[in-house]
Amino acid sequence: MQSDSIDVRYVARLARIALTDEEVDRFSEQLVDLLRHVDALSELDTNIVATTAQVVESRNVTRADEPRPCLDRATVLEQAPRSQGNFFRVPRIIAE
Amino acid sequence: MSESIFERSAADIASAVMSGSLSAADVTEASLARVDAVDDAVGAYLTRLHGVARGRATAVDARVRAGERLPLAGVPLAVKDNMCLTGTRTTAASKILEHWVAPYTATAVARLLDAGCVPIGKANLDEFAMGSSCENSALGVTRNPYDLARVPGGSSGGSAAAVAALEAAVAVGSDTGGSIREPAAFCNLVGFKPTYGRVSRYGLIAFASSLDQIGPLTRTVEDAALVYDAMAGFDPMDATTVDRVVEPAATALREDLRGLRVGLVRQFDTSVLGPDIQAAYKKAYDDLAACGAEIVEVSLPTADYGLATYYLIAPAECSSNLSRFDGVRYGLRVDAPDVQAMYEKTRAAGFGPEVKRRILIGTHALSSGYYDAYYVRAQKARTLVAHDFEKAFASCDLIACPAASSPAFAFNAKSDPYSMYMMDYYTIPMSLAGLPALSVPCGWVTPPGGSVPMPLGLQLCAPQFAEALLLGAAHAYERATQHASKFGPRLEAVSP
Amino acid sequence: MSWEAVIGIECHVELKTETKMFCGCRNEFGAQPNTNVCPVCLGMPGALPVPNRVAIEHMVRAGLAFGSEIPAFSKFDRKNYFYPDMPKDYQISQFDMPLTQGGEVKYWLEDGSMKSCRLTRIHLEEDTGKSTHAGSGDGRIAGSEYSLVDFNRAGVPLMECVSEPEIHTSQDAVAYLTALRETLLQLGVSDVKMEEGSLRCDANVSIRPAGSTELGTKTEIKNMNSFRSVQRAIESEIRRQIDTIESGGRIVQETRGWDEARGDTHSMRSKEEAHDYRYFPDPDLVPMELDREDVERMRSALPELPWQRFERLTAEYGLNVKQAAQLIDNVRLAQYFDRVVAASKNPQQSTNFVLGDLSRLANESGVAVADSKASPEDVAELIALVDAKTINSKIAKTLLERMWNGDGSPKATVEGEGLAQTSDPGAVEKFVDDVLAANPNVVAEYRAGKTNVTGFLVGQVMKASRGKADPALVNDVLKRRLSG
Repeated sequence: MQSDSIDVRYVARLARIALTDEEVDRFSEQLVDLLRHVDALSELDTNIVATTAQVVESRNVTRADEPRPCLDRATVLEQAPRSQGNFFRVPRIIAE
Repeated sequence: MSESIFERSAADIASAVMSGSLSAADVTEASLARVDAVDDAVGAYLTRLHGVARGRATAVDARVRAGERLPLAGVPLAVKDNMCLTGTRTTAASKILEHWVAPYTATAVARLLDAGCVPIGKANLDEFAMGSSCENSALGVTRNPYDLARVPGGSSGGSAAAVAALEAAVAVGSDTGGSIREPAAFCNLVGFKPTYGRVSRYGLIAFASSLDQIGPLTRTVEDAALVYDAMAGFDPMDATTVDRVVEPAATALREDLRGLRVGLVRQFDTSVLGPDIQAAYKKAYDDLAACGAEIVEVSLPTADYGLATYYLIAPAECSSNLSRFDGVRYGLRVDAPDVQAMYEKTRAAGFGPEVKRRILIGTHALSSGYYDAYYVRAQKARTLVAHDFEKAFASCDLIACPAASSPAFAFNAKSDPYSMYMMDYYTIPMSLAGLPALSVPCGWVTPPGGSVPMPLGLQLCAPQFAEALLLGAAHAYERATQHASKFGPRLEAVSP
Repeated sequence: MSWEAVIGIECHVELKTETKMFCGCRNEFGAQPNTNVCPVCLGMPGALPVPNRVAIEHMVRAGLAFGSEIPAFSKFDRKNYFYPDMPKDYQISQFDMPLTQGGEVKYWLEDGSMKSCRLTRIHLEEDTGKSTHAGSGDGRIAGSEYSLVDFNRAGVPLMECVSEPEIHTSQDAVAYLTALRETLLQLGVSDVKMEEGSLRCDANVSIRPAGSTELGTKTEIKNMNSFRSVQRAIESEIRRQIDTIESGGRIVQETRGWDEARGDTHSMRSKEEAHDYRYFPDPDLVPMELDREDVERMRSALPELPWQRFERLTAEYGLNVKQAAQLIDNVRLAQYFDRVVAASKNPQQSTNFVLGDLSRLANESGVAVADSKASPEDVAELIALVDAKTINSKIAKTLLERMWNGDGSPKATVEGEGLAQTSDPGAVEKFVDDVLAANPNVVAEYRAGKTNVTGFLVGQVMKASRGKADPALVNDVLKRRLSG
C-alpha cells in the first residue's frame, strides 16, 4: 500500500472541504500515521477471500409501488438555508 | 428507605404505572426535576424536552386508563441526538445541524414512544457519533457522573451520563464500533448492541451504514431487554433490517449459566491493561464459572486486524454518508458566490476536526487508485474477522472479554487520534461481524491519578440473532455479582 | 477524402411507476414544485432508501426485450459527486453488477432492412432534481447568478442505456431511438416522452476516414429535445468535424450543446479532469438475486416486440415500411389490425380498411379505432363481402361508416336491406339505357369527343341502382353503348 504520502488537497477537494494550509499539514501528518497502522492489513492473505459489504444475508428487500404521504412543502422550505418562492435557492452553479 | 422515583428501574416504573400506583405524569415530573438539578453539571442533554415530555406523559396516562398494555409505560427516555424525533432539534452534536428540526421520527424511537416511553431530552454525543469520549461534540461537554473530571465515554456519552446520573431510566444510543458498549462500561451501565439488522436505522443519522446499530443503555439487564424487545424487528423503511422473528428477551432472563460454554479469547491478553484491571477481569471470568458456565478458550486470529479494518470501512462509508450536509436543503450554509465555494466553506465551518479527518481518510480509501488497496482489502479482512467468530462459536455459546481498553479517562487525555481509536479495540471485531454484544458492570478500579473508583465493563458476545441468550446470560451474571450497586454517581455537590 | 461518422447514443429513460425508486413519493410529471418530496428523496439525515419492486421488474423486462443477460446477482452502488439537485450528493446507481447486462437494440430502416446496435451498458439508477438557472436572462447555466431547485424529480427510477459506437448516420441514430422508444412503450415501462424529459439522450460523435477502424476524437452533444433535433444535431456536428479537419484543424474532446434555433452546436465545456466517482456498494441496500423462474416467466410473457412486428408485417403481410411504422407506433391499433387479419385472412384488405377508412374515421371523430363500435370481426366480415363481390367498394365504405356508428354485422345489413351488388347484365343494361335516355346532351358531348363525361354517367347509373350496380360491369356496358 502507498501510505508515505497522501494528497490531502486533492482528497479535500473531492470531499468539498476547504482546508487552511495549517490544516493541510496537520491532516497530512495524521492521515499518513493512520494509514501506516492500516497497512497492517497487507499482512493478511486475502487473495481468495470474498468481500463483505454487509453482514446481513438478506436479499431482494423491496417495497410495493404504493404512494406514501409526502412532507409539507412549507415545513421543508422552512429548513432551507435559502429558498425563493417554492424552490430551494443555491448560488451560481459553475460547471464542474 | 423509600427510593426516589428517578432511581427506580424501567421495569419497576412501567409496572407501577400500569398498576395505577404511579402516574406517568408524576414519573416525568420527577425526572425533569432531576434533570434541572444535575444536568448543568453533567451536561448529558443537548436539548431538554420538558414540554414534549409532559405532553407525552399525559398521553401515556390516558392510554393506560383506556386499557392499553404498555411495556414501558411512563419510562423516562434519553434519546441520543443522532436520532430524529418529529418537531425537535436533532443535531448529531454538529454545528452543521445545530438548528435542524427533524420533520420525522426514527422508527426505533417511534416504537419506544408507542411502548409508553416519555422522551426527556436529546443526549449529547461525539459529533456524528465519531469518537469514544464525547469530547468531539461541537455543542456541549458531557461529564462522567462517577467523576466529573472524567469523560463519560462515547460516542453515546450523553445517553450513558443521563442514565448514570438518574436523569432518565433508560437511554437509546447507537453503536458503530463500540459507541454503546464503551460508554456503558465507563458509566456503570448495561449497554447492548443488537445484531446488525435487528433494529431499524431509519431516522438514525448515519455514520457507517453497514455497522451502525441502535441499542439500549440501562441500569439493569432486565431494562435493556425491555427496551430491546420494544424496538427490535423488521422495518419496511430500512432494507437492511432482517425479517425474522424476534424472540422476546425480557422473558428469557436466566438465573444461572449452567449448560453454557463461555469462550475467552486467546489473543486478548488483559495483562496489557495493567494489574488491577487484569485482576478485575480474572475475577469476572471466575464469576462466570461460579454461575455455572463452562469456561473454554477460543481463538480469534484476525481480531488484531479489526481496528485497521474498521478504520477503513467506517470512514469510507461516512465520507459518502456525510456528503448530504452541503448547505442546500437544510442545516448550516456559509454563503459564497458560487455553489462549489459554498460547499467547501459550509463543510469547513460545519464539521469538526475528527469528522473532517474521517471524511478525508474515507474519501482517500475510495478514490481512484486506492480503492483496491484499502477499501476492498478491508472488506476482505472483514470476511476473515466474521469467519473467525463463526469458528469460535462452534466451541462456545458466548464470548467474554473486556468492553474497553481502560476505565473512563480524564478530559484531553487522548491527544492523538490513534490512542483514542484504541479504546474500541475489544468492541470493533464484534461490530465488523455484526454480532450482538453487550457490556455489563464487572468491577471497579481506581485509575492512576484518579481519586475515586471507576467502573469496568465485561463484554459478552453471542452469535447473530442470539440476543435472548445473551441478555439472559448477562442477567444471571448481574444477579450473581451486583457490581453496579456498589457505588452511586458522585453528584452530591450538585444534587439537592 | 470520404469520411465515416461513428455515433454512440446515451439515453436516460424515466420508468413509469406510481412512486419513486426508493421512496413512496409520487412519480409524476408537472406537479407543483417541491411537493413530491419526503425525507428519503430530500436526502434528509437518517433517511434510508428501499427499492421499488415495480421499477426493478420494469428494468428486467426492458433488459429481456433487448436480449440482455439477467445476472444471478446484482447490487446497487453509490456514485459520489456533489451537485445541488442531487440530494444526497451521491447517486444510487449500478456500477459493476447491474440488473441487466449487454443486449442490443434492433432497429429498422426506411428501405425495410433491419440493423442492430449493441448496448455497452444498461442499468437502473435514480434521477436527480431539476435546477432552473436564473439571473442570466436566458435560463442558461452560463452567466446565471443563482439557481432554483425542485426535487420532485429526485429519486424517480431511471434507466441508463448506452449504445456501443456502432451507428454511422443520423438516420440510423433516429431509427435506433425509434426502436428503443417503441420497445419501451410496448412494454409499458416508460412514457418515453422527450418533451417531458422521460426520454433524454446525448450523442457521442466522431469521424474517421472511410475504411479506418480507429476511433477519432469524440464530442458529446447535449440539449436535443426531439428526434428531429437529434438528427439535425448529429448532421451538423458531423459537418463541423469534417470542415474542421479538412481545414487543418483538430477535434477537441468536449461537450457541445445543440442550438435548435441556430441549427448548430456550440462548445459547453471542454473535458475537465476525469471524475473520481468513488463507486462502492451502497450499504443501505441489500443485493438482488432474482428468482430464475420469475425471470423466465417475465421472458415468456414479453409481448411481440416492435422489431418482431416490423418483420412480421413487412415480410409476412407485405406491408410497406410506412404502413408497418404506423402499426408499430400504435399498439392498440396494431392489436385491432391483428384481429382483423386473423378473422379475414386478407392482410392487404385489412391494411386498406384499418389504415385507410377506419383511421380516417378515427381522425374525424377523435375516437380511436380500437374504441370504435366497429369490431374487428365485423370488419373482417365486410372484407369477406367485398372479396366475394357481394358488395362493391362504395357500399363497403357506407357500411363501414354505419358499423362505426354501431350498425353491427355488415352481412346482416346487406341481407336486410338488399344491398348486394347487382351483377346481372340485364339489370345493369336497363339502368344504363335509362340514364342515357335521360341525358341526351351528355351523350352528344361524349360523341363530340368529351370522353371525360363518362364519370358523370357512371355516377348517374350508380345512383339509379342505389349504389348496388357492379361498377366494372357498368363501365363495360356504358362503353359498349356509347361506342355503339
